[in-house]
Amino acid sequence: MSSKKIIEHSQAATHFNKDVERVNWHDETLWFVREKRDKSAHQIPDWELLRETASQIKNNVLSNIHDYLIEFEANAQKNGIIVHWAADAKQHNEIVHSIMAKHDVKQMVKSKSMLTEECHLNDYLAEKGIEVIDSDLGEYIVQLRKEPPSHIVLPAIHLKKEDVSETFHEHLGTEKGNIDPQYLTESARLSLRNTFLTRKVALTGVNFAIAETGEIVVCTNEGNADMGAHLADVHIASMGFEKLIPERKHLGVFLRLLARSATGQPITTFSSHFKKPRDGKEIHIVIVDNGRSTQLGREDFRNSLKCIRCGACMNTCPVYRRSGGHSYHNAVAGPIGSILAPNLDMSKNADLPFASTLCGSCTNVCPVKIDIHDQLYKWRQVLVKEGHTPTSKTIAMNTMAKVLANPTIFNIAGKSGRFVMKNIPGLVNNKMNKWYDQREMPDVPEESFREWYKKNSREAKAKDNE
Amino acid sequence: MSSKADILNKIKQNQPAFITDLPDLNLLSSENADVLATYKTVLQNIGGDLVEVASYAEILDYIKKNYALEKRIITTISELSEIASLDWTSDDPHSLADVELNVIKAHFGVAENSALWVTDDVLGQRISPFIAQYLAIIVHKNDILATMHQAYERIGNQQYGFGTFIAGPSKTADIEQSLVLGAHGARGLIVFMLD
Repeated sequence: MSSKKIIEHSQAATHFNKDVERVNWHDETLWFVREKRDKSAHQIPDWELLRETASQIKNNVLSNIHDYLIEFEANAQKNGIIVHWAADAKQHNEIVHSIMAKHDVKQMVKSKSMLTEECHLNDYLAEKGIEVIDSDLGEYIVQLRKEPPSHIVLPAIHLKKEDVSETFHEHLGTEKGNIDPQYLTESARLSLRNTFLTRKVALTGVNFAIAETGEIVVCTNEGNADMGAHLADVHIASMGFEKLIPERKHLGVFLRLLARSATGQPITTFSSHFKKPRDGKEIHIVIVDNGRSTQLGREDFRNSLKCIRCGACMNTCPVYRRSGGHSYHNAVAGPIGSILAPNLDMSKNADLPFASTLCGSCTNVCPVKIDIHDQLYKWRQVLVKEGHTPTSKTIAMNTMAKVLANPTIFNIAGKSGRFVMKNIPGLVNNKMNKWYDQREMPDVPEESFREWYKKNSREAKAKDNE
Repeated sequence: MSSKADILNKIKQNQPAFITDLPDLNLLSSENADVLATYKTVLQNIGGDLVEVASYAEILDYIKKNYALEKRIITTISELSEIASLDWTSDDPHSLADVELNVIKAHFGVAENSALWVTDDVLGQRISPFIAQYLAIIVHKNDILATMHQAYERIGNQQYGFGTFIAGPSKTADIEQSLVLGAHGARGLIVFMLD
């Protein structure tokens, strides 16, 4: 875990919102991706049945994952794959390093793996003197800028082409001021081609692992996972244990859902099935727990492990779109990240389940039907109970509970509130009061509803008419 | 080994007490009135090109007319030996870095996403469809299936070391969502649809 001080989501979001034009652009760009998802989903008449089917398959996986893992390992080994087990991030990193050390290799090319972000593998290997180059274009860009990805599918979605142009000018020597995406992509292609051709070890993530056959499936649009894996002597694939699915035929369901939910494409350009290593070469699979088995035991939060990492919940989330991925200070941002992160570290990530309006849009688009917004709500209860929320919030909530529970106090509070807002507005309308942030308050009413009702109810009028 | 036992023990303890049933995949419809028309439209939408041909001779003609023959062209199809080499399949995969065009044959295609299924035995080398600058894939007209469900029915228990679905040329939109064809893999994909 990084020891850097964590800036809370609301604070980071405030900072992100200072550049209004850029926030609007970020918001619209992600909404555009969400719209592409809708268009694509609507072309499948069975879309809802497909989601339900995927959800049921994943429920089955979670209820039987012990046996599926044993089956997967046995079949993978039969295929000549070497399987490793890592209880936590540290063990994962040590295993990867030991494979590198065994082959005496100091350079690695990596394709997208959110798990290695979660484990902070790059930092670990750098300390050991190993150079890692991320080959997904978006990840390559953020790596050059020494930033983490801000989105699990679109790692550089927070950047504009001017930013990328600057970065490439500095690191790849591209023409200053040339912001043509075609030109910039071509420059990265040439540079990374050389990387692919010279690396002996390639690491990839895993989208799906099939218990029945012992094979893994890796999906990319760029072809970077394949360029790395098929040119290297050693292919290391890192996976959280929840990536398992029972049978090969279940891929039909997930591959129909994944890219449509992610970007609106009917399928990723490449869906590669790795079953056996090439002759004389090695495939290693590292199966990682890192808190997943704990999450499996939390009944309310268990089904967050159904996630297939499509990012649809981020693209649709009004909070994510207007606060940016980095404000979540977690490898996986957005709504799904906010229900996964507290499991990893409650005190560090206590702010995240509150970074939501609970509008439920995430749940509506989730291809495996995770009840994301319900879980956000439930995490709030857990975090408050376990004392992970700020004291000021606890005091405020307790005070409010007392006020709302007692009609006399409520009455007095209402009256004094109206008096203050009307006569000494500066007392409430100041920077200390979050309710006034970016809001204009309505005019203060003369009386409360209760007072009005006392005068205007049928009974009161009847009395008047007597 | 101890990590494995620990992880599995914890999972066994924490997973739900009852195993839930797997759903019936047969409820998902695999119907499509016109698979060929769908295939063509989808391929076009994702940046691939389709050329209908009646014979290998027509494929030869097309390649001769549209590609620089002095550049390196490879294939695994003996009918194309006139314009492409066949003797590269046991070479060091790095030696394919200068390949301009690779022509291979797919087992089948899928209409709903225009993906083509290829495995070791038709690839020559696993890297071949990725490392070539341009890729051409031949598929028989009657080998186009409606959906991915039929695709996996067809794959069934097929044995392979490596297999992949290829749908269109490699691409990226990582720079401000601007679509660029030719990320790390092929810059263009031609599908020769054979009668």
